[in-house]
Amino acid sequence: MNAANYLYISALLFTIGAVGVVVRRNAIVVFMCIELMLNAANLSFVTFSRINGDLNGQVMAFFTMVVAACEVVVGLAIIVTIYRSRRSASVDDASLLKR
Amino acid sequence: MQLAIEVGQTAKPEAVMFWILGPLAVAAALGMLLVKKAVHSAILMAYVMIVLAIFYIAQDALFLGIVQVVVYTGAVMMLFLFILMLVGVDSSDSLTETIRGLRPIAITAAIGFGGLMVSLLGRASIGRNAVGLSAANADGNVQALAQLLFSTYVWPFEVVSALLITAALGAMVLAHHHHKADFRPTQRQLSINRFRGESLGSAAGLPGPGVYARHNAVDVPALLPDGTPAPTSVNASLEARGDMLDYKKFDLAEVNTKVEEEK
Repeated sequence: MNAANYLYISALLFTIGAVGVVVRRNAIVVFMCIELMLNAANLSFVTFSRINGDLNGQVMAFFTMVVAACEVVVGLAIIVTIYRSRRSASVDDASLLKR
Repeated sequence: MQLAIEVGQTAKPEAVMFWILGPLAVAAALGMLLVKKAVHSAILMAYVMIVLAIFYIAQDALFLGIVQVVVYTGAVMMLFLFILMLVGVDSSDSLTETIRGLRPIAITAAIGFGGLMVSLLGRASIGRNAVGLSAANADGNVQALAQLLFSTYVWPFEVVSALLITAALGAMVLAHHHHKADFRPTQRQLSINRFRGESLGSAAGLPGPGVYARHNAVDVPALLPDGTPAPTSVNASLEARGDMLDYKKFDLAEVNTKVEEEK
Protein backbone atom coordinates (compact mmCIF):
# COMPACT_ATOMS: atom_id res chain seq x y z
CA MET A 1 0.00 0.00 0.00
CA ASN A 2 1.19 3.46 -0.83
CA ALA A 3 1.42 5.82 2.14
CA ALA A 4 -0.12 8.51 -0.03
CA ASN A 5 -3.46 6.72 0.42
CA TYR A 6 -3.76 8.49 3.76
CA LEU A 7 -3.65 11.77 1.83
CA TYR A 8 -6.55 10.64 -0.36
CA ILE A 9 -8.62 9.78 2.70
CA SER A 10 -7.72 13.12 4.20
CA ALA A 11 -8.91 14.92 1.05
CA LEU A 12 -12.16 12.94 1.08
CA LEU A 13 -12.86 13.67 4.75
CA PHE A 14 -12.12 17.35 4.22
CA THR A 15 -14.54 17.50 1.30
CA ILE A 16 -17.27 15.72 3.25
CA GLY A 17 -16.78 18.15 6.12
CA ALA A 18 -17.05 21.11 3.77
CA VAL A 19 -20.31 19.80 2.32
CA GLY A 20 -21.63 19.32 5.84
CA VAL A 21 -20.88 22.91 6.78
CA VAL A 22 -22.85 24.16 3.78
CA VAL A 23 -25.73 21.70 3.77
CA ARG A 24 -26.63 21.06 7.40
CA ARG A 25 -28.65 23.63 9.34
CA ASN A 26 -28.13 22.57 12.93
CA ALA A 27 -25.33 24.69 14.37
CA ILE A 28 -23.93 21.78 16.39
CA VAL A 29 -23.72 19.50 13.35
CA VAL A 30 -22.09 22.32 11.38
CA PHE A 31 -19.58 22.57 14.19
CA MET A 32 -18.85 18.85 14.08
CA CYS A 33 -18.24 19.10 10.34
CA ILE A 34 -15.70 21.87 10.98
CA GLU A 35 -13.99 19.53 13.44
CA LEU A 36 -13.94 16.87 10.73
CA MET A 37 -12.19 19.28 8.36
CA LEU A 38 -9.60 20.14 11.00
CA ASN A 39 -8.97 16.46 11.63
CA ALA A 40 -8.57 15.77 7.94
CA ALA A 41 -5.91 18.46 7.79
CA ASN A 42 -4.24 16.86 10.80
CA LEU A 43 -4.11 13.51 9.03
CA SER A 44 -2.33 15.21 6.13
CA PHE A 45 0.16 16.76 8.53
CA VAL A 46 0.93 13.41 10.14
CA THR A 47 1.24 11.66 6.77
CA PHE A 48 3.58 14.29 5.37
CA SER A 49 5.58 14.12 8.57
CA ARG A 50 6.06 10.43 7.93
CA ILE A 51 6.84 10.89 4.23
CA ASN A 52 9.50 13.49 4.99
CA GLY A 53 10.87 11.82 8.09
CA ASP A 54 10.45 15.10 9.94
CA LEU A 55 8.55 15.62 13.19
CA ASN A 56 7.63 19.24 12.46
CA GLY A 57 4.41 18.05 10.86
CA GLN A 58 3.39 16.29 14.04
CA VAL A 59 4.07 19.43 16.06
CA MET A 60 1.82 21.34 13.66
CA ALA A 61 -0.92 18.73 14.13
CA PHE A 62 -0.51 19.14 17.88
CA PHE A 63 -1.01 22.90 17.61
CA THR A 64 -4.02 22.37 15.37
CA MET A 65 -5.56 20.17 18.05
CA VAL A 66 -5.06 22.82 20.73
CA VAL A 67 -6.56 25.55 18.55
CA ALA A 68 -9.46 23.25 17.64
CA ALA A 69 -10.13 22.60 21.31
CA CYS A 70 -10.25 26.37 21.99
CA GLU A 71 -12.52 26.86 19.02
CA VAL A 72 -14.93 24.19 20.25
CA VAL A 73 -15.12 25.73 23.71
CA VAL A 74 -15.88 29.24 22.45
CA GLY A 75 -18.12 28.07 19.62
CA LEU A 76 -20.28 25.89 21.82
CA ALA A 77 -20.57 28.71 24.35
CA ILE A 78 -21.82 30.95 21.53
CA ILE A 79 -24.32 28.28 20.46
CA VAL A 80 -25.62 28.00 24.02
CA THR A 81 -25.95 31.79 24.25
CA ILE A 82 -27.83 31.98 20.95
CA TYR A 83 -30.04 29.10 22.03
CA ARG A 84 -30.85 30.87 25.27
CA SER A 85 -32.00 34.03 23.55
CA ARG A 86 -33.65 32.53 20.46
CA ARG A 87 -34.66 29.04 21.61
CA SER A 88 -33.19 27.48 18.48
CA ALA A 89 -29.91 25.89 17.43
CA SER A 90 -30.49 26.36 13.73
CA VAL A 91 -28.05 28.54 11.83
CA ASP A 92 -30.92 29.99 9.79
CA ASP A 93 -32.70 31.46 12.78
CA ALA A 94 -29.80 33.67 13.82
CA SER A 95 -30.49 36.22 11.11
CA LEU A 96 -31.03 39.28 13.25
CA LEU A 97 -28.51 41.38 11.31
CA LYS A 98 -30.32 40.70 8.04
CA ARG A 99 -33.49 42.43 9.07
CA MET B 1 5.01 11.17 -15.75
CA GLN B 2 5.12 10.10 -12.19
CA LEU B 3 1.88 8.86 -10.74
CA ALA B 4 1.16 9.30 -7.08
CA ILE B 5 3.64 10.54 -4.58
CA GLU B 6 6.45 8.02 -4.51
CA VAL B 7 6.51 7.16 -0.90
CA GLY B 8 7.38 3.51 -0.99
CA GLN B 9 5.31 0.61 0.21
CA THR B 10 4.09 0.10 3.73
CA ALA B 11 4.01 -3.20 5.52
CA LYS B 12 1.18 -5.59 4.83
CA PRO B 13 -0.63 -5.42 8.19
CA GLU B 14 -0.92 -1.65 7.82
CA ALA B 15 -2.42 -2.08 4.36
CA VAL B 16 -5.04 -4.46 5.74
CA MET B 17 -5.80 -2.06 8.58
CA PHE B 18 -6.06 0.84 6.15
CA TRP B 19 -8.38 -0.86 3.69
CA ILE B 20 -10.73 -1.94 6.47
CA LEU B 21 -10.79 1.24 8.53
CA GLY B 22 -10.39 3.81 5.75
CA PRO B 23 -13.63 3.08 3.87
CA LEU B 24 -15.46 2.72 7.18
CA ALA B 25 -14.26 6.17 8.25
CA VAL B 26 -15.40 7.72 4.98
CA ALA B 27 -18.75 5.94 5.28
CA ALA B 28 -19.17 7.21 8.84
CA ALA B 29 -18.31 10.75 7.73
CA LEU B 30 -20.90 10.50 4.95
CA GLY B 31 -23.39 9.17 7.47
CA MET B 32 -22.75 12.27 9.56
CA LEU B 33 -24.17 14.32 6.72
CA LEU B 34 -27.14 12.08 6.09
CA VAL B 35 -28.52 11.17 9.52
CA LYS B 36 -31.24 13.41 10.82
CA LYS B 37 -30.55 13.50 14.53
CA ALA B 38 -27.60 15.46 15.87
CA VAL B 39 -26.84 12.79 18.48
CA HIS B 40 -26.31 10.17 15.77
CA SER B 41 -24.03 12.58 13.95
CA ALA B 42 -22.00 12.98 17.14
CA ILE B 43 -21.59 9.23 17.55
CA LEU B 44 -20.46 8.80 13.94
CA MET B 45 -18.08 11.69 14.49
CA ALA B 46 -16.57 9.92 17.51
CA TYR B 47 -16.08 6.86 15.32
CA VAL B 48 -14.18 8.87 12.70
CA MET B 49 -12.03 10.36 15.46
CA ILE B 50 -11.09 6.94 16.80
CA VAL B 51 -10.20 5.70 13.32
CA LEU B 52 -8.00 8.75 12.83
CA ALA B 53 -6.28 8.03 16.15
CA ILE B 54 -5.51 4.52 14.91
CA PHE B 55 -4.15 5.99 11.68
CA TYR B 56 -1.89 8.31 13.65
CA ILE B 57 -0.52 5.46 15.73
CA ALA B 58 0.02 3.37 12.60
CA GLN B 59 2.02 6.24 11.15
CA ASP B 60 4.51 6.44 14.02
CA ALA B 61 2.72 9.34 15.68
CA LEU B 62 2.08 7.58 18.97
CA PHE B 63 1.75 10.75 21.05
CA LEU B 64 -0.73 12.34 18.65
CA GLY B 65 -2.77 9.15 18.53
CA ILE B 66 -3.15 9.09 22.29
CA VAL B 67 -3.85 12.84 22.40
CA GLN B 68 -6.48 12.38 19.70
CA VAL B 69 -8.30 9.80 21.82
CA VAL B 70 -8.03 11.84 25.00
CA VAL B 71 -8.82 15.27 23.54
CA TYR B 72 -11.25 14.49 20.76
CA THR B 73 -13.16 11.34 21.62
CA GLY B 74 -12.80 12.21 25.29
CA ALA B 75 -13.17 15.90 25.87
CA VAL B 76 -14.48 17.44 22.65
CA MET B 77 -17.11 14.81 21.86
CA MET B 78 -18.23 14.81 25.48
CA LEU B 79 -18.63 18.58 25.26
CA PHE B 80 -20.61 18.20 22.04
CA LEU B 81 -22.95 15.64 23.59
CA PHE B 82 -23.30 17.76 26.71
CA ILE B 83 -24.33 20.78 24.66
CA LEU B 84 -26.72 18.60 22.64
CA MET B 85 -28.42 17.53 25.85
CA LEU B 86 -28.49 21.14 27.06
CA VAL B 87 -29.91 22.54 23.83
CA GLY B 88 -32.58 19.89 23.83
CA VAL B 89 -33.95 16.89 22.04
CA ASP B 90 -35.79 18.93 19.45
CA SER B 91 -32.51 20.13 17.95
CA SER B 92 -32.77 17.55 15.18
CA ASP B 93 -32.23 19.13 11.81
CA SER B 94 -35.00 20.15 9.54
CA LEU B 95 -33.62 18.69 6.35
CA THR B 96 -35.52 21.12 4.16
CA GLU B 97 -33.26 23.51 2.35
CA THR B 98 -33.87 27.15 3.11
CA ILE B 99 -31.84 28.54 0.22
CA ARG B 100 -33.22 27.09 -2.97
CA GLY B 101 -30.80 24.98 -4.98
CA LEU B 102 -28.18 25.09 -2.25
CA ARG B 103 -27.80 21.34 -1.94
CA PRO B 104 -27.15 20.49 -5.61
CA ILE B 105 -24.71 23.38 -5.85
CA ALA B 106 -22.91 22.27 -2.69
CA ILE B 107 -22.65 18.67 -3.88
CA THR B 108 -21.42 19.72 -7.33
CA ALA B 109 -18.84 22.02 -5.80
CA ALA B 110 -17.76 19.28 -3.42
CA ILE B 111 -17.33 16.76 -6.23
CA GLY B 112 -15.30 19.34 -8.11
CA PHE B 113 -13.16 20.16 -5.10
CA GLY B 114 -12.66 16.53 -4.11
CA GLY B 115 -11.78 15.57 -7.67
CA LEU B 116 -9.32 18.41 -7.84
CA MET B 117 -7.64 17.37 -4.58
CA VAL B 118 -7.48 13.69 -5.50
CA SER B 119 -6.18 14.31 -9.02
CA LEU B 120 -3.67 16.79 -7.62
CA LEU B 121 -2.42 14.19 -5.17
CA GLY B 122 -2.42 11.59 -7.91
CA ARG B 123 -0.11 13.65 -10.12
CA ALA B 124 2.07 15.22 -7.47
CA SER B 125 5.55 14.06 -6.72
CA ILE B 126 7.97 15.12 -4.06
CA GLY B 127 10.80 13.55 -5.97
CA ARG B 128 12.11 11.17 -3.38
CA ASN B 129 11.11 8.14 -1.44
CA ALA B 130 9.42 8.21 1.91
CA VAL B 131 11.93 8.60 4.70
CA GLY B 132 9.88 7.18 7.53
CA LEU B 133 10.09 8.28 11.11
CA SER B 134 12.29 5.54 12.54
CA ALA B 135 15.32 7.83 12.59
CA ALA B 136 13.43 10.83 13.98
CA ASN B 137 11.73 8.65 16.58
CA ALA B 138 14.92 6.88 17.62
CA ASP B 139 14.74 8.18 21.20
CA GLY B 140 11.01 7.73 21.36
CA ASN B 141 8.23 9.77 19.78
CA VAL B 142 7.30 11.71 22.91
CA GLN B 143 10.91 12.66 23.64
CA ALA B 144 11.54 13.80 20.08
CA LEU B 145 8.33 15.87 20.03
CA ALA B 146 9.18 17.41 23.40
CA GLN B 147 12.63 18.31 22.09
CA LEU B 148 11.04 20.22 19.19
CA LEU B 149 8.21 21.71 21.21
CA PHE B 150 10.42 23.19 23.91
CA SER B 151 13.20 24.44 21.64
CA THR B 152 12.07 25.51 18.17
CA TYR B 153 8.39 25.94 19.00
CA VAL B 154 8.63 27.26 22.54
CA TRP B 155 7.20 30.68 21.61
CA PRO B 156 4.15 29.31 19.72
CA PHE B 157 3.69 26.91 22.62
CA GLU B 158 3.43 29.80 25.07
CA VAL B 159 1.11 31.74 22.75
CA VAL B 160 -1.13 28.70 22.50
CA SER B 161 -1.32 28.48 26.28
CA ALA B 162 -2.48 32.11 26.33
CA LEU B 163 -5.07 31.18 23.70
CA LEU B 164 -6.34 28.33 25.87
CA ILE B 165 -6.76 30.59 28.88
CA THR B 166 -8.49 33.23 26.76
CA ALA B 167 -10.85 30.61 25.35
CA ALA B 168 -11.71 29.34 28.82
CA LEU B 169 -12.41 32.90 30.01
CA GLY B 170 -14.43 33.64 26.88
CA ALA B 171 -16.56 30.55 27.39
CA MET B 172 -17.20 31.52 31.00
CA VAL B 173 -18.24 35.05 30.00
CA LEU B 174 -20.48 33.82 27.17
CA ALA B 175 -22.14 31.02 29.07
CA HIS B 176 -22.66 33.01 32.26
CA HIS B 177 -26.31 33.29 33.02
CA HIS B 178 -27.55 36.71 34.07
CA HIS B 179 -30.17 35.97 36.64
CA LYS B 180 -31.33 39.55 36.95
CA ALA B 181 -32.26 39.78 33.29
CA ASP B 182 -34.93 37.09 33.20
CA PHE B 183 -37.13 37.09 36.27
CA ARG B 184 -39.66 34.32 36.56
CA PRO B 185 -43.25 35.47 35.98
CA THR B 186 -45.39 35.59 39.09
CA GLN B 187 -48.67 33.74 39.45
CA ARG B 188 -50.57 36.99 38.91
CA GLN B 189 -48.73 37.70 35.67
CA LEU B 190 -49.31 34.16 34.43
CA SER B 191 -53.00 34.54 35.14
CA ILE B 192 -53.17 37.87 33.31
CA ASN B 193 -51.38 36.38 30.34
CA ARG B 194 -53.85 33.55 30.24
CA PHE B 195 -56.97 35.71 30.11
CA ARG B 196 -55.67 38.85 28.37
CA GLY B 197 -53.47 36.95 25.92
CA GLU B 198 -54.02 36.30 22.26
CA SER B 199 -56.95 33.99 22.72
CA LEU B 200 -59.05 32.48 25.46
CA GLY B 201 -58.36 29.02 24.08
CA SER B 202 -56.13 28.01 26.93
CA ALA B 203 -57.87 30.02 29.63
CA ALA B 204 -58.96 26.85 31.38
CA GLY B 205 -55.54 25.24 30.97
CA LEU B 206 -54.15 23.19 28.12
CA PRO B 207 -56.20 20.18 27.01
CA GLY B 208 -55.31 16.81 28.44
CA PRO B 209 -54.02 13.98 26.29
CA GLY B 210 -56.33 11.65 24.43
CA VAL B 211 -58.34 9.07 26.29
CA TYR B 212 -59.37 6.17 24.10
CA ALA B 213 -60.95 2.85 24.74
CA ARG B 214 -57.76 0.94 24.05
CA HIS B 215 -55.09 3.44 24.99
CA ASN B 216 -54.78 6.02 27.69
CA ALA B 217 -51.40 7.70 28.00
CA VAL B 218 -49.73 11.08 27.60
CA ASP B 219 -48.26 10.24 24.20
CA VAL B 220 -51.53 10.29 22.21
CA PRO B 221 -53.13 13.61 21.25
CA ALA B 222 -56.73 14.32 22.12
CA LEU B 223 -59.22 14.95 19.32
CA LEU B 224 -60.90 18.29 18.73
CA PRO B 225 -64.64 18.35 17.98
CA ASP B 226 -63.93 18.30 14.26
CA GLY B 227 -61.88 15.12 14.55
CA THR B 228 -58.41 16.60 14.16
CA PRO B 229 -55.75 16.01 16.83
CA ALA B 230 -55.19 18.84 19.30
CA PRO B 231 -51.50 19.81 19.05
CA THR B 232 -51.32 21.34 22.52
CA SER B 233 -52.55 18.19 24.26
CA VAL B 234 -49.15 16.47 23.99
CA ASN B 235 -45.88 17.70 25.46
CA ALA B 236 -43.81 19.42 22.75
CA SER B 237 -40.60 17.55 23.57
CA LEU B 238 -42.38 14.19 23.23
CA GLU B 239 -43.44 15.28 19.78
CA ALA B 240 -39.93 16.47 18.88
CA ARG B 241 -38.43 13.18 20.02
CA GLY B 242 -40.80 11.28 17.73
CA ASP B 243 -42.41 9.48 20.67
CA MET B 244 -45.92 10.71 19.95
CA LEU B 245 -48.34 8.00 18.83
CA ASP B 246 -50.73 8.43 15.97
CA TYR B 247 -54.32 8.76 17.17
CA LYS B 248 -55.63 6.97 14.06
CA LYS B 249 -54.79 3.60 15.59
CA PHE B 250 -57.47 4.21 18.19
CA ASP B 251 -59.97 5.88 15.88
CA LEU B 252 -63.42 4.52 16.49
CA ALA B 253 -64.23 3.78 12.83
CA GLU B 254 -60.94 2.00 12.43
CA VAL B 255 -61.43 -0.16 15.52
CA ASN B 256 -64.94 -1.12 14.40
CA THR B 257 -63.83 -2.34 10.99
CA LYS B 258 -61.08 -4.39 12.56
CA VAL B 259 -63.50 -6.07 14.93
CA GLU B 260 -65.80 -6.88 12.03
CA GLU B 261 -62.95 -8.36 10.07
CA GLU B 262 -62.07 -10.58 12.96
CA LYS B 263 -65.61 -11.86 13.03
